Amino acid sequence: MKDYLDYLKVSATMGRISRREFMGRAAAVGVTAAAASTMLADAVHAAGPQKGGIMRLGLQGGSTTDSLDPALATNQVALMAIRLWGESLTELGDDGSIQGKVAESFSASADAKTWTFKIREGITFSNGKPVTAEDVVATIERHSDDEAKSGALGLLRDITNVRADGDSVVVELNSANADLPYLLADYHLAIQPGGGKDAPDAAIGTGPYIVKEAEMGVRIVAEKNPDYWGDTGHAAEIELLVINDNTARVAALQSGQVDMIDRVPPRTAGLVERAPNVTVHKTSGPGHYVFIMHCDTAPFADNDVRMALKYGINREEMVDKILHGYGSVGNDTPINASYPLYTEFEQREYDPDKAAFHMKKSGYEGSILLRTSDNSFPGAPDAAALFQQSCAGAGINVEIKREPNDGYWSEVWNAQPFCTSYWGGRPTQDQMFTTAYLSTADWNDTRFHNEKFDQLLLAARAELDTAKRKQMYADMGMLVRNEGGLICPMFNDFLDATTDRVAGWETGVAGFALMNSYAPLRMWVAA
Amino acid sequence: MSPVVRLLAQRISLGLLLLFFVSVLIFAGTIILPGDVAQAILGQSATPEALANLRRDMGLNDPPLQRYLAWLGGVVQGDLGTSLTSGQDIASTMGSRLENTLFLAFWAALISVPLAIFLGLLAVRFRDRWPDKLISGVTLASISVPEFLIAYVVMFFLGVQFRWLNPTAVGFRPDADVLTKLDAIALPVLVLTLVILAHMMRMTRAAILNVMQSAYIETAELKGLTMFKIIWRHAFPNSIAPVVNVVMLNLAYLVVGVVVIEVVFVYPGMGQYLVDHVSKRDVPVVQACGLVFAAVYIGLNLVADIVSILTNPRLRHPK
Repeated sequence: MKDYLDYLKVSATMGRISRREFMGRAAAVGVTAAAASTMLADAVHAAGPQKGGIMRLGLQGGSTTDSLDPALATNQVALMAIRLWGESLTELGDDGSIQGKVAESFSASADAKTWTFKIREGITFSNGKPVTAEDVVATIERHSDDEAKSGALGLLRDITNVRADGDSVVVELNSANADLPYLLADYHLAIQPGGGKDAPDAAIGTGPYIVKEAEMGVRIVAEKNPDYWGDTGHAAEIELLVINDNTARVAALQSGQVDMIDRVPPRTAGLVERAPNVTVHKTSGPGHYVFIMHCDTAPFADNDVRMALKYGINREEMVDKILHGYGSVGNDTPINASYPLYTEFEQREYDPDKAAFHMKKSGYEGSILLRTSDNSFPGAPDAAALFQQSCAGAGINVEIKREPNDGYWSEVWNAQPFCTSYWGGRPTQDQMFTTAYLSTADWNDTRFHNEKFDQLLLAARAELDTAKRKQMYADMGMLVRNEGGLICPMFNDFLDATTDRVAGWETGVAGFALMNSYAPLRMWVAA
Repeated sequence: MSPVVRLLAQRISLGLLLLFFVSVLIFAGTIILPGDVAQAILGQSATPEALANLRRDMGLNDPPLQRYLAWLGGVVQGDLGTSLTSGQDIASTMGSRLENTLFLAFWAALISVPLAIFLGLLAVRFRDRWPDKLISGVTLASISVPEFLIAYVVMFFLGVQFRWLNPTAVGFRPDADVLTKLDAIALPVLVLTLVILAHMMRMTRAAILNVMQSAYIETAELKGLTMFKIIWRHAFPNSIAPVVNVVMLNLAYLVVGVVVIEVVFVYPGMGQYLVDHVSKRDVPVVQACGLVFAAVYIGLNLVADIVSILTNPRLRHPK
């Protein structure tokens, strides 16, 4: 039977029989569907990438108002476009470690204040010009000077000086930062000729594809750069199609109009997967849905009120009913196992007695006003209702106020004392904490001002000893968990789906959706 | 001056005045909305410095009245300005979107208008018998279901289950040949037809039935004409005015009201373009779209008025 299966595998890999036929014949000799599917995937994988063909992606988030300027990229489509044509100095590896991209190697001074990046030799931009250290310096300058409108501005604020030194770039920092290479992997920071100062939206970079057609909010078409230095980029042409409507995106995938989509709605993911030609891929990541309280505003200024509400939420139920099982429970810190240097804490459970105890201790007897909206995260109003119910079990009265989607991010989030929201997460603990929990952070959306926490954060940044650093992050996580304004009930998985026309999906790639957006570059057209 | 020309001049100048008020309203509306374009562009990644830099570059620090007058000055000279978010010329980007919307509207109208009038005539011919009831029942049902639901249903069955037609219009390219384009928009056209059919069909039926009560119809019947000939030759010409009114209303809907359909089927028309720019508070683009939509609406109503005057001898030759 093994020979027969091998024969089938080869046939299917070569495209002589269809996937459906393979599954059918494998079933006939007693192989379960799941096993057959894995078997086929392995066989296709082992055969190695095939070159050529057109790969189409249906993505959510693109808008007519987008720009090809990487500094202004804010959504998945803009990010994916940058992945096609551009590359940053560094990139996140599959296991969450950091590795060089345009930079061949990098090293830090002993105090982690001065970093040197050696530029990879012999690589060129898609306009044929070689990449120089000056281009890299100009790119970093464009995203970090006082005039910058870049989404990466916040990351680069600590840089005091960037200069070229032969074929290397030297970056000097105001304060030590052991995570600088992680910051420079940010997708906004794609290296452009002359830093993109003259033509920010020219989409010229060192990436595997060359953009040949861009109609914002509709489609971006790119063809393979024949002179690309790396080994990714198998399809001859990649087409990014903006399909914001969930139903339309799934329908386009099922009918084969596109080969790959992101953001499969959790509610229907089970149904989508039943289609014979579709595979849904689940990837756990750092993204989480949150209920955020301002630690400096009554009644949330009292830590007992915050603890009461933290005990009053039923995390398991949320993962079940809001994420439909596609996620994991949170523990009131923004950090989970997807981060390097993660330490696991004891899981906080739903405990109405403890919730009632803390509420009583605080002496607060009024009701709690929770603001929510549909776009704060998928299913947020339902999650708010579940929270209301579980709190009622502890005798706490939660009032829900439904806010309009429009203007939620400017009027409610980071402005009102208690609301629902989400975080996409960051590649490192330092970045996540710096972005939203440092006293001086612009997006300190829980108004968390904790001196000890701030000191630990700065100390950890300068600490090059991994064990000590890990302990510091554990202490910080504990502070947020026990004193912060964050109620984190769940971490959401990324749900992407592909048809069997494309192959080469790898599970467990660190970072964000669609294999950290590398899926179109690392997968290939199989049929 | 002939009364028709005078009427035309009157209507057009009134229309221009209306357009002016519309532009004031839209501008005021976008100012009242929370947040501004700088905030909308930067989204969650907005830092105070980046916001300030962007606002200064876009001239958002000028008072609203000054911004409005600057915009109005440009429009009067035929310059719609550039988009705040993408920096592109509005006239050319909107032009191609408008073309797409008109393409979709044209084919939907080409199918639905004759079909609606024919079904209306048929319903009158077989009044209160089963064809009438069937036509009324089906069209009323299709107008009663929300359009996005019809869209999802046909997408699921015709697009995904049976694979007869493309479930979405992502294959639409303005530079493709007509057959490819039609292939891409088959489902949206079908849904739009279903949505506007009932209104026009019911109006045709009602208007003709109204005329059918007249004495001259009885005379025609007594002359021995066939029922269909009576309806077509005698009743229909006298009921054109109300029918044209409804047809024009629905044509206007095909241009200005198809936002939902365009979004659901991922069709690159004016609808998606407008929605994106409203959510980004890109005032010049919203203004330009609003003007175009208002102009289409006013223009089609103007046509309806003129047609009803021209088809009515009593209005054509007033004493």
